[in-house]
Amino acid sequence: MLSAVIVLALLGAWELYVQLGSVDELLLPAPSAIVTALVDERALLWSNFTVTATEVGLGILLALAVGLLLAVGLHLSKTAHRAIYPLLVASVALPIPVIAPLLVVWFGYDLGPKVVIVALVAFFPIVVVTLGALSSTDSELLRVLRSMDATRWQRLRFAELPAAVPAAVSGAKIAVAVAVMGAVFAEYAGSEAGLGHMILQSIPQLETARAWAAVVVLATFAISLVALLAIVERRLRATHSPTPRGLS
Amino acid sequence: MQSETTTPQAVTVRTPQGEDGAQAPAVLLRDIRHDFGDLHVLAGLTLEVAAGETVALVGPSGCGKSTLLEIACGLQRPSSGTVAATPAALVPQRDALLPWADALDNAALPLRLQHVTRAEARRRAEPLLAELGLSGFERARPAQLSGGMRQRVAFARALLTGRDVLCLDEPFGALDAITRAEIHRWLAGALAVQPRTVLLVTHDIEEALVLADRVCVLSPRPARIVAELAVAGARPRDPADPALIALRRQALEALRAC
Repeated sequence: MLSAVIVLALLGAWELYVQLGSVDELLLPAPSAIVTALVDERALLWSNFTVTATEVGLGILLALAVGLLLAVGLHLSKTAHRAIYPLLVASVALPIPVIAPLLVVWFGYDLGPKVVIVALVAFFPIVVVTLGALSSTDSELLRVLRSMDATRWQRLRFAELPAAVPAAVSGAKIAVAVAVMGAVFAEYAGSEAGLGHMILQSIPQLETARAWAAVVVLATFAISLVALLAIVERRLRATHSPTPRGLS
Repeated sequence: MQSETTTPQAVTVRTPQGEDGAQAPAVLLRDIRHDFGDLHVLAGLTLEVAAGETVALVGPSGCGKSTLLEIACGLQRPSSGTVAATPAALVPQRDALLPWADALDNAALPLRLQHVTRAEARRRAEPLLAELGLSGFERARPAQLSGGMRQRVAFARALLTGRDVLCLDEPFGALDAITRAEIHRWLAGALAVQPRTVLLVTHDIEEALVLADRVCVLSPRPARIVAELAVAGARPRDPADPALIALRRQALEALRAC
């Protein structure tokens, strides 16, 4: 509620700032111009949106699968943890604009490199959060399982994984923002469609309002994706965590 | 055959079978020493628990009671000494139930570990939960149960391991006094129906005297047994019983003397 008021106030100030001619409209279009672009260009925005949404969606799914597997691997092997974890941290420092063209050369102009780049940037928070959940499993519970002669796999299967799966989704939620950015940069590196591609095309064509409309679509998409993952996380936690499902 | 070798090295012998099976102690710890680095935790402790007996280990906090229990359960090897024990089931301090699983799944966990299917494990666990006074709560998750009920689910889980020895590690420490008295009555009843050998670790002398056939009083670290008290009478006993009060005084004096 309060944040809605703040957003409205900011939009009003922005509109006023542009209308008063304080800034070149090619540099910063007024919110009203962006809304007009959103309406006028809706077909173009939609077709490009589906491309980017596919890239982000598949990329996050790939990151979830690989991230969960890698987290379990690092959790099971101290050696792997020591060897790979620093590399993982270092991977965050990889500048996407630098590696994206390389991936385009390797995988071509279509979906492949975009999905890989999105997965690459999204998977670090997933691994970190999942690893945290795996290693914070109740030690008393693990002691009981060991006393019942549970194998390493059984301890994972019955005690550690059920807590780690919702954590992975929670990591994906954190990763959404960078994933969307990753998709835009991947499209910058070479693409024929997508909202990033559209932004890249619009600016030299002096269609700034259209570029901003694409940004609005991207932001809305990111927010919706976070909300969706929050729902999935809550559903998983309902069956995987101590929160009671309504006390009887 | 019960093979025993007393060497500086720890020797663990699981599943003891004496010449005469019925006479073999369910748990035999001989001259157990245990150190964590420079910290001497157990100083040559010998303990024998007969099948069907309930033995309580009482001692000040941090005296190594839980370590002794872990050794008896086979979760730890002592620095030296002989362990001959049938595999034991552990009932931990905090109930350590799976928070996302309901009471039935939690109790049935040991069956699942033995590769019984979920449906079959639940079916087998159900009558036991009813017997332990938990019918109607089979589908409740731990967060929906009271502390006493959670401890009963943990107890059911230990029983379903099918093991004859139960190691109870201060299982009622987190409960309030009224619930605790209630669960003492309940445990005595449950053990009457499902007889087991019990090794109970507690810092509560009264709890030990109410429940155990024999109470071993441990000294502060490094722990050794400073007194052994045999307790007579049907369980659960009345803590206000003059005989129990006398034993309690005896235990406290033994603790003060060391």
